[in-house]
Order: sequence, then C-alpha cells, then structure tokens
Amino acid sequence: MVVLRDIVITGLLLGGILALVSVGFSLQYGVARVLNVSHGEFIMLGAFITFWLFTSVDLNPLVSLVVTAPLIFVIGWFLHATLFRRLMNTAPALGVFEGWSMLASFGLLYVVQNLARIIWGSQTHQVIFLNRAVTGAQIPLNRLVALGVCVVVGVVFYLFLTRTRLGKAIRASAQDPTVAGMMGVNINSVLAICFGLGLAMAGIAGSLISTVYAIQTSMGLQYTVIAMIVVILGGLGSITGAMIGGVVLGIVSQLVTHFQPTMTFIAYYVIIIILLLARPKGIMGK
Amino acid sequence: MGKFALTKNRIVSLAILVVILVFLALLPTITKGYLVTLVADMMRYAVLTVAWVVFCAPTGYLSLATAAFYGLGFYVAAVFNGPLPFAVVIIIAGVVAFIVALLIGLLTLRLRGVYFTIFTFAVVLLVNNVVLEVERLVTGTRGRFVETETAQTAFYAMLVVLIATLLTAVLIRRSRYGLALQSIGEYEEAAAHSGINVVMTKVLVFATTSVFMGMAGAIIATRRTYIDPGIAFNMTTSFLPVLMAMFGGMGNLVGPVIGAAVFTYIGETLLTRFPDLYMLIFGVVLILAILFMPAGILGLGQQLWRKVKGGRRAPA
Repeated sequence: MVVLRDIVITGLLLGGILALVSVGFSLQYGVARVLNVSHGEFIMLGAFITFWLFTSVDLNPLVSLVVTAPLIFVIGWFLHATLFRRLMNTAPALGVFEGWSMLASFGLLYVVQNLARIIWGSQTHQVIFLNRAVTGAQIPLNRLVALGVCVVVGVVFYLFLTRTRLGKAIRASAQDPTVAGMMGVNINSVLAICFGLGLAMAGIAGSLISTVYAIQTSMGLQYTVIAMIVVILGGLGSITGAMIGGVVLGIVSQLVTHFQPTMTFIAYYVIIIILLLARPKGIMGK
Repeated sequence: MGKFALTKNRIVSLAILVVILVFLALLPTITKGYLVTLVADMMRYAVLTVAWVVFCAPTGYLSLATAAFYGLGFYVAAVFNGPLPFAVVIIIAGVVAFIVALLIGLLTLRLRGVYFTIFTFAVVLLVNNVVLEVERLVTGTRGRFVETETAQTAFYAMLVVLIATLLTAVLIRRSRYGLALQSIGEYEEAAAHSGINVVMTKVLVFATTSVFMGMAGAIIATRRTYIDPGIAFNMTTSFLPVLMAMFGGMGNLVGPVIGAAVFTYIGETLLTRFPDLYMLIFGVVLILAILFMPAGILGLGQQLWRKVKGGRRAPA
C-alpha cells in the first residue's frame, strides 16, 4: 500500500506540471487556433533561462519565474502579432490557417531548438534546488513546491478567465471570433495575448521542470507530445479537460514507470486508444 | 471515350513526361557522382509527397504519420536485406507499411480534423517506442546494421517506386475512389448519405498510399550502414512532405514533385554549405516560405503570369 500511495502522490506532483503544460497548449489551439508543435521548445527555453540565471547570478528558481514568464509571454505575443496574424489574414479558410500555422510552428521548433543548442550546447544540466525529502513519504520538497506553483498559476488563470473583462473577451473569442469582433473585442490583440499566455505557461512549466528533472536542449518534443496526448484525453480547447488529463497522465506515467520505465510512452498510447474508442472527443469534449 | 482522347495538350505533356523519364533512366550512365545521389533523394521526397497528397489533399485529413511507415521500411531493410533479394525486401516493406496503416486507419476512423493530425503525429513516436522496446527485449541492442546496395541500384529502385506511385496516384484520382475522397473532403456526412462507404474508402486509400512510403524507406535504408529508431522515425520526415506539397500546390501531381525537388535541393545545399547551422537556417526558410508564398511555387507563378497577361484587361 505504501508503494501505491507513493506512486499516486508522485503521480499527482508530476500531473500538476503536465496539466500546466497542457493548459497552455490547449489555450493556443482553443482560442488562437494554432496547433503549436513548438510548444515544448518554450518549456525548454524556460528551463534553460532558469538554469542560466541559477548558475550565473545564483538566482532562486522560484524568483526567476518573474523573469521567464513575462519574457516568454512577450516572445509569444510578438510571434503571434507578426507571424500568425499575417497567416490568418492571408489564409482563405480556417482549415488552411491551421495547416499553415502548424507548419510555421514546426519551423519555429527548429529555430528555437537550434539557437538554444548553439547557446547552451547539447549536454545535460540540472538545477539543484530544495532537493531534500519531506518527512513521512519520500517526497522531495522541490516537487511539492512545483505542484504548489502549478496550483497557484491554475487558480489565478481560472480567476482571470472568469472574473476579468479580458478573460471574458478571451472566452468570447474562443466561442466565435467573428461575433466577438462585432461586439467590440479587439480580436487581434486577444489572440496575441492568448498565444503569449500559452507560451508563458510553457515557460513556467519549464522553470519548474528544471528544478525536478535533468534538462537538455532536445527535451522539447517529448513535452509537446505529452501535451498533445493530455489534450486529446481532456478534449481540445477545454481547460478543465486539460487539467484532469494532466493529472491522469501523471499518475499513469508513475504507475508504469514503477514497473517498467521503457513502457511509459506505450502505456500513454494504450490509454488514448481506449479513450478514443469510448469518447472520441475527450473526457470534457462536446 | 472523351476522357482519354488525345488532345494537343495531352500529347505535349505526355511527350515531356517521356523525355523526363528517359533522362532519369539514363542519368546514372552519364554521371556516377553526387548528382545520382541527389536525384535519388529528390525522388524519395517526391514519392513521399505524392503518396501524402493522394490521401490528404482531397480529404483534408492532415496526416503526420509518414515517418512511421518510412521508418518501418528502414527496419524491414535492416532485417531482410542480404538474406532476401532487394526487390523482395522492398515489397515486404510495402506490405508491412500497408498492414500498419490499416491498423492505424481503423483506430483513427472516428477522429476528425485536428484530432486525426495529433493522433498521427504521436503514432510516429509510438512506433518508435515499440520498435525500441522490441529491440531491447529481442536483440538487446539499440541500432542495426543494414546490408548496403550501390547508389545506382538504389536510384533505379527509387525510380521504379516513383513511377508506381505516380501511376497509382493517377489511377486513384481518376477512379470512383478519387471522387469519393473528394466528396468526403467536401462534406463527410453527405458523402456517407449518398452511398459512399466512407470508412472503407478512407482506410483503403490511406493504407495504399502508405505502401510507397514504406518502400521509399526500405530503399533509402540501404544507402546507410547503421540505423536506429531515432534515425528511422525522425519527425522531420512527416513534416517535409506536407511542406513540399504545400509549396508545389496540391491541385495536380506535378506540383508536389516540383515542391519535393526544390526543397530537397535547398536542404542539400544548406547541409553541405552550413553543416552546423543547417537546421536553424532550414527552420527560417520554412517560416519565410509559409509567410511569403503560402500559395506555393505554382501559385506564385500563376500570380505572376496573371499580372503579365492581365495588364491589358481591367480586373474582372
């Protein structure tokens, strides 16, 4: 039972990070309609900026969130305002835009990953931070802190979406961009903010990951795929679905890792296939 | 039989096609160097792109599973080439790709739009992981060595596969399956109601086009000595055909071939000139290309042509 309890707890801790990654991914597709294949690269970027601040000026990884999140938000906002907005204006139909934007984000994946490789090399790094166990269960403190940050970000984001004017504009744009535009929502600005927010969440997740796991410049794609799987599990564009999906996947991944680490990815797939046969549009999908 | 009547246009394009094929067939006898490898590479991407276009262009289902079938071809070549003749190996690769594509098709039947894209994207990593796991349990190694073939053999094999791909593409587009695919792309429910077996058509065409992806993989694998899952199931292989098809234009079959040739050439040039920055520059080229000529090379040509021609007329 102790083993099971530890698996569930570590699964929950990992699930928090996965949920954060997936909510960002889901936001980018759900509102801005960009299937961002380069999402994971910004997780890597967040992780490496944290690592760089940690080793050069000895900055606490939690404090560095104040740097990484806004910085990556601005990058995302800028990318949408230049690249994706232009594509959206030239594309004849939404389907075409989705295809183009996915390809453009694939190009972005190359650019970001290779720039990072040139700057930081391709070896493995880790940020050693709060690496001690909490009494009782063998839970490292850094994972607990990471989960705490995820929960805080999740709650703040939820309040932002439901309680603020901008949040309302975002929800309206997700439902129907044209009508939202007619009602006086500045669509271009809202979409750019959403894309930026999605990337900022990836950046925060990256910072947290750097304190828990080893990081490399090639780590991005694996997180993109996890985000995709979580989002299929939860239903595309559904924020709640992404959170539930993240936690489910976290627990499953720990469960499989306990018995056979190399089978983790295959297990994800088995779950997806079962779920797709039962609910083709995800847990929270309509 | 108006459909197959030999109009003047048809004769001209047929003549051009024959000239190109004769030139390709004679190429390895003229030069023996780098050009043969380069053209074989172009033909490889032409096979992948045309095979991709046949299913994905009319239906609007954007598949990113190309690398899965292509990589399986690699592994078939690694296992069977040597003990079995090369031609048989290529056919086995096609059969394996067909069966796997059939399975994937049956699983993705219920998925629409972006769900299908995501599923196929992740399928490549699934196959990658399964192969890795099988290798770990069975052989206890990570990679494999492949029995090599000469550049010339690979070139001719690829030429044959390219011709087969193009022929199949033309036949599918002209058959009732082609029409069925198009109506699925327009409105899937309506297609189902007008008596098209939507599921059968999709799965069958998806699996048929995957055969050529597997074959191309088996041929290219023999030009390498060592493969591992990371090499075989590279995500780039899934994205490049989409890119090349978009640049060539998907309305006909000439566009994808031109797109494949142009992009292979750009890629090769970058790789030889800037081996360290190759991926970075390629990413930039990709973004710029989508940004400034999304309608593709042929689209750009048509635009220019319209400007030149339409100078005397008022815009309609």
